[in-house]
Amino acid sequence: MSNLIKDNSIVADDWVRIVPPSLGEEAVRKQAGKVVLFKLTGEETFTAEQISATQIPATGKVLVPFTVWRANKDALASRVSQGEVGLLIATHEAIEDVMAEIKDINAFALVAVYVERFADGRIFSIGNLLRTRYGFKNELRAIGDVLRDQLFFLKRSGFNSFLIRADRNAQEALQSLKDFSEPYQGAVDNTQPAWRRVNR
Amino acid sequence: MYKYDAIDQQIVNERVAQYRDQTNRYLAGELSEDEFRPLRLQNGLYIQRHAPMLRIAVPYGMLSSKQLHKLAAIAKRYDKGYGHFSTRQNLQLNWPKLEDVPEILAELATVEMHAIQTSGNCIRNITTDQFAGVAPDEVIDPRAMAEVMRQWSTFHPEFALLPRKFKIAVSGTKQDRAIVQAHDIGMEFYKDEQGKTAIRVWVGGGLGRTPILGTIICEHLEWQHALTYCEAIIRVYNLHGRRDNAYKARIKILVKALGIDEFKKQVEAEWLHLKDNPNTITEAELARVAKHFEAMPYENLPAQDASFDAAIASNPAFAAWIKRCTHPHRQAGYRAVTISLKPHGHPPGDITSEQMDVVADLADAYSFGELRASHEQNLILADVKLSDLFAVWEKARSAGLATPNIGLLTDIICCPGGDFCSLANAKSIPIAEAIQMQFDNLDYLHDIGDLELNISGCMNACGHHHIGHIGILGVDKDGSEWYQVTIGGKQGNDASIGTVIGPSFSAEEMPGVVQRLIEVYIQQRTAEERFIDTVRRIGVAPFKGHVYAANGKEASHV
Repeated sequence: MSNLIKDNSIVADDWVRIVPPSLGEEAVRKQAGKVVLFKLTGEETFTAEQISATQIPATGKVLVPFTVWRANKDALASRVSQGEVGLLIATHEAIEDVMAEIKDINAFALVAVYVERFADGRIFSIGNLLRTRYGFKNELRAIGDVLRDQLFFLKRSGFNSFLIRADRNAQEALQSLKDFSEPYQGAVDNTQPAWRRVNR
Repeated sequence: MYKYDAIDQQIVNERVAQYRDQTNRYLAGELSEDEFRPLRLQNGLYIQRHAPMLRIAVPYGMLSSKQLHKLAAIAKRYDKGYGHFSTRQNLQLNWPKLEDVPEILAELATVEMHAIQTSGNCIRNITTDQFAGVAPDEVIDPRAMAEVMRQWSTFHPEFALLPRKFKIAVSGTKQDRAIVQAHDIGMEFYKDEQGKTAIRVWVGGGLGRTPILGTIICEHLEWQHALTYCEAIIRVYNLHGRRDNAYKARIKILVKALGIDEFKKQVEAEWLHLKDNPNTITEAELARVAKHFEAMPYENLPAQDASFDAAIASNPAFAAWIKRCTHPHRQAGYRAVTISLKPHGHPPGDITSEQMDVVADLADAYSFGELRASHEQNLILADVKLSDLFAVWEKARSAGLATPNIGLLTDIICCPGGDFCSLANAKSIPIAEAIQMQFDNLDYLHDIGDLELNISGCMNACGHHHIGHIGILGVDKDGSEWYQVTIGGKQGNDASIGTVIGPSFSAEEMPGVVQRLIEVYIQQRTAEERFIDTVRRIGVAPFKGHVYAANGKEASHV
């Protein structure tokens, strides 16, 4: 059963996520003895070696990490125009740097934002910016540590699809899209705050 | 005060349902500890040493008598019959059961209360001056804007999971009483040259591990833009604040790292996009909310009351209480009253259910059914007639709520500390109690005069020790509890962070250390000087010398 929610229902996921190979041991970063759980904004996601070693299937819909797409921009151009390429952005990638490399974000049928940890709220600002600043109109998907308790906020931040973490039930998660019926503030899904929507 | 409409009520009701479901999923094992933690924290539920602690929101400190009666009933039914008012003007219960919390929230919702965002990495309860609306030096009553901001920040989707907690204070007085400079964002409302309401915006202040006073990021912001400007600030923070190290995750660290000029540049660039969006506040919306904060139906009274004057003249205990526990009011014939939650030898800020009922009844009888919590952890009856003060005093006194020590050394600000809090390095309540008992002589206490003594059990600084005239910080040295002392901290327009006087002390030494600090002050003060003034004039050295000489320790021996 699919764990993908799109526009309020569960649908099959026909995108294949491309993951660059891990080459050798990845060092565990620590600070004061504690494992560092979050990458800093602007930090590199993959090394040049990883990017060049990444295999992209020749057919089908592929969800490609931003840096991998950048390295294969020309080779992927025709598939982008056929709607076969999705762009995957990680929450620690600076969105203005990503967007500086992209001529037309709406050329991509799908943009997915990957959140490594539930508590990483950068995903909300990134979704908001993609919709409001950069005018992205197609499917905007949250993937990674996506659990039902983020969904209401993700929806309000402009996301319309959600790949629920594999060990969780997407059917139950659907409920959370309706957690609140009249939120106070204007956001991406409804720009009007409560006092402009209804006569209070 | 603000009364919920259907939308407000629906949001808290839906929150109860949502949190009930989250709790059920946790209890059923569907949510791990790690996954449940941010959810319960955003609802003010901590797991403490003995039991969970539930922090109930008291938005900008305003309470109705009905709400306080409900809190009394909840504390009795679900806890041990008492609660603790915190420095964020909230109420904390120390012993609720995790599985009872949804039921507690349901009860709170019946009196327009909740625990939303009282903890966790989100926008916390917005605080303000406890004398808002009645203070003679007030330029703008900040409560309507505080309520507009409360609504905007409640479940704000973009700022639901920030790098770290985010605290906002608003103030509209000449003399700041909301410590706007010690907040992530501080908003100081004033009238500009055109007579229009404007905001001076401070950013990047905060106590905690790295105490820093805020910097002005915007000298003149039109009030309509309060929300969008905050959105710009918090968006820059959300995207660029550090998440890799919890100790470096507050906005103050980002502001310091970028420098205020670069930070401001980024905020202004972001604001260009956000300015005038639909979250821009309209006159109509502000007016709708402000209606709830209109002046009380005061009687027209003379500035003097003969029975009141006679009672002061004939009753020194009453006179002492009037001197310390009442405050000037903008309406002739009225005073604001502070109900002291600092009786000597009791945990500062604690109040029993019975006492809550007494205070709520006093509010009903003498102060239009409303009251406030202060960040100094006391309760306020804001609108009491001069002719009623004697009755209020007698009733408060018989309930142990009239210690005439407001603003004095024993009006200690104190966090729950190691007795309850699992973050604490050391106990704080027993230190407060021991110091209160050391200075139990009221004449001596009044002679010492205005003095703010603040105690935190760890560097998270819930007890605001950095801005205490005397600050005490619990520290852990090789597994035992020690106390570091600072002097010269201050809240207000001329806020400052205190200076550490030297090596730390054991718990037993602390009353003596404070005694020694006071001795230096008594000896050195001029007729007009408060403790803080003397410290600022003569510096830390004489205090340090006397404390450590007496202690048999070498001050230079750090």
